[in-house]
Amino acid sequence: MPHINLNNEYPGIRSLFIYRPETAAPMNALVQAMLHNPHPSLSAGERELIATYVSRLNTCKYCCNIHGAIAKHQLGNNGAIVEEVLQNPDTAPISSKMKALLKIAAKVQSGGKNVLPEDIELARADGASDIDIHDAVLIAAAFCMYNRYVDGLATWQPDDADLYDKMGEQRAREGYLTPPFKVAASLQ
Amino acid sequence: MAHIKLLNEELPGIVGLLNYRPETARPLLDLAETLLRGPSSLTSGEREIIAASVSYWNQCHFCHTSHAAAAAAHLGSGIGLIDDIKAGLPNTPVSDKLRALLHIAHQVQKNGKNVTEEDISVARELGATDQELHDTVLIAAAFCMYNRYVDGLGTWAPGPNEAYTAMGERMAHVGYGKN
Repeated sequence: MPHINLNNEYPGIRSLFIYRPETAAPMNALVQAMLHNPHPSLSAGERELIATYVSRLNTCKYCCNIHGAIAKHQLGNNGAIVEEVLQNPDTAPISSKMKALLKIAAKVQSGGKNVLPEDIELARADGASDIDIHDAVLIAAAFCMYNRYVDGLATWQPDDADLYDKMGEQRAREGYLTPPFKVAASLQ
Repeated sequence: MAHIKLLNEELPGIVGLLNYRPETARPLLDLAETLLRGPSSLTSGEREIIAASVSYWNQCHFCHTSHAAAAAAHLGSGIGLIDDIKAGLPNTPVSDKLRALLHIAHQVQKNGKNVTEEDISVARELGATDQELHDTVLIAAAFCMYNRYVDGLGTWAPGPNEAYTAMGERMAHVGYGKN
């Protein structure tokens, strides 16, 4: 049960967004800008993989499952890539640039100061631009917020894989700014 | 020097990053403005103390010192508050409720799951409301983002506490993303 009375039956961060719309607006605008809006050199699927991977490192079930589902839909319905990245980014079928950016993301997750000049050099050598590096750091940092928000208030985090897939399909198609669909109370 | 080539390398900490990427700057500033200066039953001084404490625990010098200076500006306490936050506020008169909320913020700083039912009950017994618990968790979570953003890109920060006085006044009395 959530630590506070949220007065709604939505899962994860959606229950918090409905509870406190004043802070939901900038948080949704941020995730839309980072993950969904057009980007010069990282696809939406690649950016969602960074969000999914960091959420797994922070052990946030809801964020890892929902962003994993969004990544899958952004990557042409390819859930295998998502699973392989979560198992081991080094052996996953992704670009060497993405592997270097995921290394930087993992360093950010453990503490911003852990990112070293050599991590940046490695990413640059694999073709990462300054915008790519900036965005990988900010996505990783932002999911250290979203994950703590969702877990810190003990929100409802369903186990139903089909539900995440359906919610993920909606977000991949519509972005983050549309209302969530009603989740059947029977799923609780 | 920052890990990436910023448009203006004289701007310290998060300021240079916000200037570099306006697309993400706007929501980052709006969130800080709402969390720290928007309507709340916690005072802005109390909320800035939470932000500064989390930043200190995350070892982010720029965020800790600037937000502690903003707290000092709200409270009229003088910039001795900056070092007092590092020491756990032995010399600052803060309520037991705020101390309980700071404990919750410290749990969030480590990981969201560290917040226990007992932490929440203790804060409630000292008068914390649902919205105060919510805002404390979100401020702590948000500074786990801002701190990593600032340090993860290797930005520079002024050293001494005195260098943050004017910045703290501006954050407290003008606001975030305001001209």
